[in-house]
Amino acid sequence: MENLAQLVPLVIIAPLIGMLINLFLGKYLGERGVGMVAIGAALIAFVVAVLLLVQQTATGYAPVVVEIPFFSRWIDVPAAALYIGWQFRVDTLSVTMMLVVAGVGSLIHFYATGYMHGDSMYPRFFVYLNMFLVFMMLLVTGNNFLVLFIGWEGVGFCSYILISFWWDRAQKDKQFGTVGWKNSLAGRKAFIVNRVGDFGLLIALFLTFWTFGTLDFYKPGEVPIQSVHEQTRVIEVVRTDETAPAPASPALDEPHPAAMGVFNQAEQMMAEGATVSFGSITMPIQTVLTLIALFMLLGVTGKSAQIPLFVWLPDAMAGPTPVSALIHAATMVTAGVYLIVRSQVFYHYAPFASGVVTLVGAVTALVGGFIALGQWDIKKVLAYSTVSQLGFMVAAAGIGAYTAAMFHLAAHALFKALLFLGSGVVIHAVEHGYHHVQHLKEGEHHAEHGGDAPEDEEEPFDPQDMRNMGGLKASMRRTYWFYLIGALALAGIFPLAGFWSKDEILAEGLMRGFVEGDLVGYIAFGLLFISALLTAFYMGRQVILVFHGQPRTEAARYAGERAYGMRVMVNVLAVLAVGTVVFGFINVASGFWVVDRIIRPHVFADWLQHTVVYAHPANALMGVAILAVAGAVIMILAARSIYLHRPVVEGDKDPLQVNPQTEGLFALANARMFWDEIYDKYIVVPFTRAGHWLADRLDSAFLHDFVHDVLLVKTFNGVARLLGRPVDLGIIDGAVNGLGRLAQAIAGPLGRLQTGYVRVYALSVFIGALLVIVLLLLPLLQVMGGN
Amino acid sequence: MENTGISLTTLTLFVPLIGMLVLLFIPRSQEHTIRWVSLATTVITFVMTLLMLAAFNSGDPDLQLVTYMSWIPQWGISYYVGVDGLSILLVLMTSFIMPSAILVSWKSIKERVKLYYAFMLLLQWAMIGVFVAQDLFLFYIFWEVTLIPMYFLIGIWGAENRVYAAVKFFLYTMAGSILMLLAILFLGNEGGTFAVPQLVEAVRNGTLQYAPGIEMLLFVGFAIAFAIKVPVWPLHSWLPDAHVQAPTAGSVILAGILLKMGTYGFVRFNLPLFPQASVEAAPVVALLAVIGILYGAWVSYAQDDAKKLVAYSSVSHLGFVMLGIFALTAAGIQGGILQMVNHGISTGALFILVGILYERRHTKALAAFGGIWKVLPVFGGLSLIFVLSSMGLPGLNGFVGEFTILLGAMGSDVLSFFFTFFATLGVIMAAIYLLYLFQKIFMGPVDKPENEALKDQPLTWQEYAALIPLLILVFWIGLQPAGWFAQMSASVSQLVAQIGPYVQLAAGG
Repeated sequence: MENLAQLVPLVIIAPLIGMLINLFLGKYLGERGVGMVAIGAALIAFVVAVLLLVQQTATGYAPVVVEIPFFSRWIDVPAAALYIGWQFRVDTLSVTMMLVVAGVGSLIHFYATGYMHGDSMYPRFFVYLNMFLVFMMLLVTGNNFLVLFIGWEGVGFCSYILISFWWDRAQKDKQFGTVGWKNSLAGRKAFIVNRVGDFGLLIALFLTFWTFGTLDFYKPGEVPIQSVHEQTRVIEVVRTDETAPAPASPALDEPHPAAMGVFNQAEQMMAEGATVSFGSITMPIQTVLTLIALFMLLGVTGKSAQIPLFVWLPDAMAGPTPVSALIHAATMVTAGVYLIVRSQVFYHYAPFASGVVTLVGAVTALVGGFIALGQWDIKKVLAYSTVSQLGFMVAAAGIGAYTAAMFHLAAHALFKALLFLGSGVVIHAVEHGYHHVQHLKEGEHHAEHGGDAPEDEEEPFDPQDMRNMGGLKASMRRTYWFYLIGALALAGIFPLAGFWSKDEILAEGLMRGFVEGDLVGYIAFGLLFISALLTAFYMGRQVILVFHGQPRTEAARYAGERAYGMRVMVNVLAVLAVGTVVFGFINVASGFWVVDRIIRPHVFADWLQHTVVYAHPANALMGVAILAVAGAVIMILAARSIYLHRPVVEGDKDPLQVNPQTEGLFALANARMFWDEIYDKYIVVPFTRAGHWLADRLDSAFLHDFVHDVLLVKTFNGVARLLGRPVDLGIIDGAVNGLGRLAQAIAGPLGRLQTGYVRVYALSVFIGALLVIVLLLLPLLQVMGGN
Repeated sequence: MENTGISLTTLTLFVPLIGMLVLLFIPRSQEHTIRWVSLATTVITFVMTLLMLAAFNSGDPDLQLVTYMSWIPQWGISYYVGVDGLSILLVLMTSFIMPSAILVSWKSIKERVKLYYAFMLLLQWAMIGVFVAQDLFLFYIFWEVTLIPMYFLIGIWGAENRVYAAVKFFLYTMAGSILMLLAILFLGNEGGTFAVPQLVEAVRNGTLQYAPGIEMLLFVGFAIAFAIKVPVWPLHSWLPDAHVQAPTAGSVILAGILLKMGTYGFVRFNLPLFPQASVEAAPVVALLAVIGILYGAWVSYAQDDAKKLVAYSSVSHLGFVMLGIFALTAAGIQGGILQMVNHGISTGALFILVGILYERRHTKALAAFGGIWKVLPVFGGLSLIFVLSSMGLPGLNGFVGEFTILLGAMGSDVLSFFFTFFATLGVIMAAIYLLYLFQKIFMGPVDKPENEALKDQPLTWQEYAALIPLLILVFWIGLQPAGWFAQMSASVSQLVAQIGPYVQLAAGG
């Protein structure tokens, strides 16, 4: 069983091989072959993840560190005691993430074979999808911060390339010229914004390294030690060389400079009240941990789309829908949450930073939920919803409810993937409907005008705009029900997965405030509760706008779920829907009315606790649960009463938009609270302007033209002239005339250079140079001859 | 010191020169033979450097594969060459990049072919000479000799404004060199020898002590010559001109190798010969380096000419190298040396890519392109990898160097936290200008018929052959850099140990 853990590199290698096969042979394999290779790779990763689950359970949850033979070293600078190895980690946290990534990932691979059918870049798409799995698995399995960082930036790259996947689209776009350009801009924006976050993470890593002398989470064989403050266990001092963390002259082949990983060292240093010196500054360890945690948070806000860096995620919807589901909902964007949970020890000892994390998460949850209210694009609603739900997770991690954060992460992966994939089916269907209608129209046109119909100049049809939908329930029954399950889960309706996980976060927030008297806990609870209400409302609105009522366009009337490739897509929805229904029972809160008698409570918490030592099982607060569900039901009913009979009013407006009381709020939500505009105005435009100023004024006009061409060259030449004929001319005359002559003097030979004499010139200098060299070498020859 | 026999270093050094002499006997009309002889020469040189690497003992911090011959004994000048951990990788890189430079010239150089390749080989000889010379006088000769072929490569085979650029390139480097020459003469006079290891040893054991203020003057004398070459901000004004006007191979060599002569000079001469001055100057140099990182990146982003964009990116990238060196920590210096190699690979490759486009479209304006990935898919994919490498994506070569440098700067006792903080912002800026470059050229719909026509001009075998070796190194250094660090580890440790006391003194006082 111990050996089973050695399989962990396979979760990276399998998709890597899949990716390479499709990269080099993709064009010969055909759609079927490409799909099979990619799915096979993802499935192998999933099977391995399941085996690791078995392994962990069977071996008493002992963490294992795995190295690949002959490939164990990465960055190794012995002189600086810097060693970073290719180490992978099997523990309950990493296995949880592997299961989510490979599980949802495999399903989405299946789905994508249908969704991408007929795309000219079909093989390339699956190359990227497999590549994403490679990096995501590196991120979650790495045993040190730097392997994590490869994954971290790697998934960012995959995200970039997949968001801009359709960069060649030539259709017109009002704002950006062409759709292709718009897509590639969205990808670029995602990457750059993520890099802002990565900057923070990098600084955090530097601080970590210089504090602990290593970036490893734990060394092989090392077990997480628990807080000394809780007094549950006595720390055994594992570190042997605590007086000398970095030996003065390390042996050159000494692979592990520090004997303990960063987290146990942090425990120990906290227990000792150690101080850390950076150059001339000495700080207590807690201050250092707070700094690390805060810089890390910047990374989290980038990757997990939190305020202030969330602006890339809505734009990321430009990518194909399977990408939105896999990367921008289920897996990659949760990496920030994983990072906090993985670094729980840091955050545990940095209450200030944790407080900031909580507020960032809670405010993001609210802002995301609010903006989602005012969106028309079916995917944009889901995108802002994702921002909001990630806020829930981050806030949960901030209040120390690591179980709740991970639980919501996994549950959200299921139902948000379900919703995104469902929206993909809808978009596909509406698009098909539109093409069908176009086909019919063209037939009429042909009959009327004899074939040369002019390009119609109308606004291009947007198959993602919910105003163009309505009544899809009738023609897409299965999709409707699955979508409804996902929506209800997101709204937090009992007994779906989202209920359990969201409820746990709310309860933990309240407990935090109530039990520990922590104001942040109350604030978090309040903000998150309002966000939960908003969630129910915008999902109610979406389901009604899309599926209920009457079709509002011809395209919606002809939409259906039976086209080629749709079958596999809807089947994937079915699997995810089943998951959404049952998954929540994996972590029933203890004390939850009746249910905890039937099902063993907090199984997931127990499992996670073996790795995440500060995670704890949650107690049910029945009052919160009832309040939350009741609130959600009321909000859904409110949405129903507003939208069911009057989904869209004249002029393509929302009913809230024409109501004077809500008009302003809706406008604000619809304009995405002007975040992008503000960033554009105060960051992007000034940055670009400053760049041009530096390039055109400072660099070109000043340094290049003035300092060089005027100051240096002309002064030099002027002086040369003056020295040449000092008596004949007055100084000023000389300077002025000299410049002119000089220009001629330069122009003369240079002109010749350009008109053919250059060869003679070159050859003569060349021969001259050779002569000099030979002369210089002559004594050497004598010496050699003399020997 | 006793004269030694001829070592592998000397043999390697003279292969390009012999190749050049052979070239001179080939009739000018046999262009094909000329190309093949040049390629063969550079490949043989590369194999020779591999042999050097095989013979090199990375555990030994001192000079190896040494040839010493007294040359002008009355002045203490000698022919003294050898390699250690500071130079072996740069010698390797020089001989590695040259075949690529020859290959990209294959089709693009149509005039005065013989002269061109003769200059290329002469240049290679001088460049290897710069990296292996252990006598200050010999070093100076090689340093100056690199100027001549480069001057003509730009001046004859360059673009429209080539003469201006060539003269500027020549004069700037010359201006710096003169100060260095003075410093060299003074130092040789003071130390009684021009042999660098002996001088370093004298500084180390206190035999050679500078009068107050003199050490800093000497440091500055060397530093200005090197700083112009690097180029350190604000002495970079010659660089965009030289790059934009140079032929593709010229740019590749300029960025890949010639600039490294400057950064190498700091490591080889400034740090060990003037340790006290190095410690004192470190914050100033590091400040210029950080300004260079941000400034270069920022100005890059505002360019509308692809080649100019890549040229300015060098200012940014070499800022990282300078920062690493003047962190005066083992991690910083090792990262700096590795980043010299990395920059040679990725920026060299970027210039090749721009050259490939220029060959076909006769323009470098970003606005002229768009959607090239669609018409040349393999080329687009290759370009993406090199762009990412230059951006420092983890798993590729650039990241390893950047990370080690920044980590080293963070741990530096002479630099405060803020140097690292602002330098790390360069990571964001790199993403901005490089993704902009990639998007402008390769993404978006193909809206120009000229670009559509590129379909019929796929990459030639020479172009593939020039890029593939670089590609392999991008992954190799990115995934398994440990062996690369191991080559320089001992020498850098020794260097850091030498500077250590001065650093402690500065940090403690």
